[in-house]
Amino acid sequence: MRIAVCIKRVPDMDVKFRIAGHAKGVDETGLKYDMADFDGYAVEAALQMMEKEGAGEVVVVSLGPDAVQETLRKALSMGATSAIQLKCDEVPFDGFAVASALASELGGATYDLIMFGRMSTDNANGVVGPMVAELLGLPVVTACSKLEIVAGRGTARRELEGGAEFVAFDLPAVVTIDEGIARPRYPSLKGIMAAKKKPLATKPANLPEPRLVIARMDLPPERKAGRIVGEGAAAVPELVRLLQQEAKVLA
Amino acid sequence: MPTFRAPVVDYRFLFRELFDVASLASLPGYVNADLDVLLTALEEGGRFCEDVIAPLNMPGDAAGCRWEAGDVKTPEGFPAAYAALADAGWLSLACDPAYGGQGLPFTLRFAIDEMLYAANLSFAMYPGLALGVYEGLYAHAGTALKELYLPRVVSGKWAGTMCLTEAHAGTDLGLIRTAAVPNPDGSCLLTGQKVFISAGEHDLTENILHLVLARLPDAPPGTHGISMFLVPKFVPDANGAPGARNAVFCRSIEHKMGIRGSATCVLDFDRATGWLVGEPHKGLRAMFTLMNAARLGVGLQGLGLAGVSYGNAVAYARERRQGRSLSGVKDPQASADRILHHADIRRGLLWMRAFVEGARALATWTAFQIDVELRHPDSSVREEAADLVALMTPVIKAFFTDGAFVATNIGVQTLGGHGYIRDYGMEQFVRDARIGQIYEGTNYVQALDLAGRKLPDGNGRMLRRYLAIVRAELAEAERDPNLAAMANAFGAAVNRLSRGAMHLATKGIANGDEVGAAASDFLQIFGYVAVGHMWLRQARVASQRRVTGGKMDQRFYDAKIRTARYFFERMLPQTETLLVTLMSGAGNVMDFDDDAW
Ligand SMILES: Cc1cc2nc3c(=O)[nH]c(=O)nc-3n(C[C@H](O)[C@H](O)[C@H](O)COP(=O)(O)OP(=O)(O)OC[C@H]3O[C@@H](n4cnc5c(N)ncnc54)[C@H](O)[C@@H]3O)c2cc1C
Repeated sequence: MRIAVCIKRVPDMDVKFRIAGHAKGVDETGLKYDMADFDGYAVEAALQMMEKEGAGEVVVVSLGPDAVQETLRKALSMGATSAIQLKCDEVPFDGFAVASALASELGGATYDLIMFGRMSTDNANGVVGPMVAELLGLPVVTACSKLEIVAGRGTARRELEGGAEFVAFDLPAVVTIDEGIARPRYPSLKGIMAAKKKPLATKPANLPEPRLVIARMDLPPERKAGRIVGEGAAAVPELVRLLQQEAKVLA
Repeated sequence: MPTFRAPVVDYRFLFRELFDVASLASLPGYVNADLDVLLTALEEGGRFCEDVIAPLNMPGDAAGCRWEAGDVKTPEGFPAAYAALADAGWLSLACDPAYGGQGLPFTLRFAIDEMLYAANLSFAMYPGLALGVYEGLYAHAGTALKELYLPRVVSGKWAGTMCLTEAHAGTDLGLIRTAAVPNPDGSCLLTGQKVFISAGEHDLTENILHLVLARLPDAPPGTHGISMFLVPKFVPDANGAPGARNAVFCRSIEHKMGIRGSATCVLDFDRATGWLVGEPHKGLRAMFTLMNAARLGVGLQGLGLAGVSYGNAVAYARERRQGRSLSGVKDPQASADRILHHADIRRGLLWMRAFVEGARALATWTAFQIDVELRHPDSSVREEAADLVALMTPVIKAFFTDGAFVATNIGVQTLGGHGYIRDYGMEQFVRDARIGQIYEGTNYVQALDLAGRKLPDGNGRMLRRYLAIVRAELAEAERDPNLAAMANAFGAAVNRLSRGAMHLATKGIANGDEVGAAASDFLQIFGYVAVGHMWLRQARVASQRRVTGGKMDQRFYDAKIRTARYFFERMLPQTETLLVTLMSGAGNVMDFDDDAW
């Protein structure tokens, strides 16, 4: 089976973000970057399928500046077979532009399965996978938490509120991956050394004019410090008074 | 629970800008040490330590090891973590590829070791000792033993120990009594008891290889009659699988202040089968190859603990609000300011930071010298590097572990009562740090090694070589007007080091107690100068890169320069006091009658 996994390089979400001076993005100084969480699950799921089959290929694809090579190398050190960078100066916010560039690369090759994370951990639009499917005329299953491919046919499990549904589909197809499918492995030192020798191709990204741009970014306003009204039962009358008269949430 | 954040950013600076780590790839045998590979390894090794090793630290301390009828159960998660460490290749990263290792430089290994120790010292003791046995066998065993045992240590299947200490023989290993009697087939039977043996028994691996110091029947008394033996827990069968159970048993384990997840064992050898490693009666010297490596490792333990304590102290100081800043309210909308605004909190945090980042640079510098010592094609370059490593070994061991005890205490102090109780894990770092000042030769033994052995060797050759390097750095720094004050302070400290060395050389000849009374002060002065050397270099590089542009951002360079300033203005002046006490001589401690105690 030939599997393509599209991965995005995103900032580590554990930090306090600052808005850059131009107010159209975050200030990148001091940020740590890594593969987006859901993309990590997708890579892991792809690698497990390849390992189970004992054959095949996992090609990882990332669109962006040269810094994405680091993310691609990480996927290679986890075990992916080869990598493709679709080079551009910055990743557009417009998911359709990204999807178009990816589709023009992926459409030319024969992949049995094209995988994405359910959404990127930074912008959380979750549109690129389905758009690529649409552009390539392939079936798409989103947010899969289990995936099984048997003889050219796939079954995917999707979590629903209080239950799950199982979707059957024919290959080739596009799937987007939810967490829970498989914990991404840590790249081993042996894997890191092996990754150095694996092919990483760089091609220009075939990006259309973006139709969406970020107009402005703001941090949520700081929450005001709370007020302690009193303690125990004695505080209740005052609390009720404040809720009625100041906050006006009680009638 | 405390969190561990791997110091990857600082290491990126050290590897790319402070030292030319990229040049290691041109040394023979280091073709794989591509800088990109090393940086990725730092990143991923750091993440592995953060996510897999660190979460086992606090529960491991609470649970400790359990002894049951001769077996030892390590804390939950340790066996799986050991297997993961080995499978991923972290354990064997600097081991010889001929035995399954990755053949990567010590410069990387030191960095990864710091992270492992910071994440979980108790756990990291086990792979540390396994690698000690690897090094001992690699340097001294014959081909047959190497081929049988090394691949199994490298793969993580078998672990190991260093068995030196006996109840009556700690610092003074000349007193060792464990006896080895040769068998006709070339093996020996060992009888005796070892105490305090780390990793002496556990459930992490299917076999444990003990490297044991013992005496052959014809051994001369004292340190010149000690030989080194390999005693496997299970004697390998014809296929190299663990075979017959050998007569080495764990009698009990110690209950102790810190590193509670590390089993400290009493081991009984009751006619246990062993094989001589190296030459008869040269065992102590052979053991020193791994002891030197282990001493540097203990220094890295101190660095790691100081670093993780620092990270958690800063995180707390950023959040905790108490009192108002003395220079005026900082957060009027809140009921109090963050304690990070208090000058005294900063003073403590900066002590930790200047110690940690300075020590980390010195560790990396030393690791780089080890790589040169091992790999450089030119023998005179190798020899010089070997001198520098030998000189720096006791300094790193003692100065880093003494500093770690101070730093981890500041860590507790920063959290106040919350540092003292268990919940935040800060008190564990203090308890875990304490042993570093004791094992692998107490810090006094390190001071004596430095002052009594390394200094006089070749008429002070090691120190001369080192001072030449230090003075060259000083000369470079003096060319940057921004660094004038730092260079000035550093120059004065270097002179104090020379004066201390001179005092030892002149006074020590007539009376050994003069060396004994001065050695610890001298080592401290040396430590401050060696870390100061690294701070001057970091300040110089940061000052240049701030103008010419480098790979780090401005804030990083600014912080380096400010931390350097703290070091030169508030830490390095200690050398002045230390020199005064050193010069006061041995009289004030020796002129005290025995019966006055
Ligand atoms: C947790 C733990 C783990 C350990 N792991 C190992 C291990 O894996 N393998 C192993 O072999 N050992 C191990 N040890 C033993 C350790 O190395 C010794 O405890 C250490 O070498 C000191 O020996 P001692 O305890 O007998 O103290 P002593 O030698 O009795 O020293 C007592 C004090 O006297 C000082 N002193 C001793 N001799 C002199 C001298 N000549 N001049 C001046 N001062 C002197 C010392 O500095 C010390 O302050 C471990 C110990 C502990 C506590």
